[in-house]
Amino acid sequence: MPHIDLPPHVPGIRSLAVYRPETGQYLYELVQILLRGESPLSAAERELIASYVSYRNNCQFCYQSHAAAARCLYGDDAAIVDELLAGKMDHLSEKMKALLQIAGKVQILGKEVQPEDIDAARKAGAGDRDIHDTVLIAATFSLFNRYVDGLATLTPTNLDDYKAMGERMSTIGYVLPKQPA
Amino acid sequence: MPYIDLQNELPGIRGLMAYSPATAKPLNELAEILLRSDENSLSRGERELIATYVSYKNDCFFCQNVHGALAGYYLRLGIAEIDAIKAGERRQLSRKMQALLQIAAAVQQGGKSVTPSHIEAARNAGASDREIHDTVLIAAAFCMYNRYVDGLATWAPQDRQFYVERAPQRAAEGYINTPLK
Repeated sequence: MPHIDLPPHVPGIRSLAVYRPETGQYLYELVQILLRGESPLSAAERELIASYVSYRNNCQFCYQSHAAAARCLYGDDAAIVDELLAGKMDHLSEKMKALLQIAGKVQILGKEVQPEDIDAARKAGAGDRDIHDTVLIAATFSLFNRYVDGLATLTPTNLDDYKAMGERMSTIGYVLPKQPA
Repeated sequence: MPYIDLQNELPGIRGLMAYSPATAKPLNELAEILLRSDENSLSRGERELIATYVSYKNDCFFCQNVHGALAGYYLRLGIAEIDAIKAGERRQLSRKMQALLQIAAAVQQGGKSVTPSHIEAARNAGASDREIHDTVLIAAAFCMYNRYVDGLATWAPQDRQFYVERAPQRAAEGYINTPLK
């Protein structure tokens, strides 16, 4: 049960955005720009970083929903998502491996990122913008995961619910949910 | 030296915001509504103190000094007094603020570290749902800002008095209209 009186039957971040749309609007705007806006990283790659960080933070709502979105966006390569969450990176590019390494460090703490991590990403072809976007996505999900779990929001356990969320996220993106009627 | 070429000499998050204005917009708007909007039963000083404490726990020099100076400005406390609060000296704070800082510390560790007993203690000390919500979101947001600032190794002025001297102007200008200079 959520720690505060949130709208019933609305899961995860959506319940928080309905409860407090004044802050929710900027959180949705941020995630839409970060995961769908201009970037050298594909939307699928960015969703993968989001899911990876959320998985490491043990936030089931965020990692399941962003994994579902990443599967939709990867299409025929959807197996990459489940391999990563099982600890395997065999089918990822060297650049994505290096960026996920950076994201994993950011998940622990900003200061964990070392010059060697950045050098490795550059050698694998990452530019400044790839590195910037990776760090900010990982930092942003360090927020979302804590917000969603810190208030004990409703977390669906049925994987079909996440499949529907992933389809919505991969097609219409991130739109502030409306107040329930 | 920052890990990426920010194409400016600005310190901390300001350098990142000038580099990436599209993401800077919602990041600033979120800070403004969370920390500075007067439609809140927590004072600006109390909210800045939560931001300061989380930034201290995340060992982010830039953020804990910017927000510590602002908290000191609003609450009329000096650097030494703010440092004492960060280190655990809480007798001069209300029971409600003491309980909210405990929630913030749990959020810093991870969303799932917030327990029903943290929430109950805050309620018993008079905290409302909205105050608990905003405390969790401020703490979560600083887990993002801190990681963004340190994960890209931005530079920070080392003289702590610099932040104290800038605080009145920052308090007056807020987070949205601050000129990037």
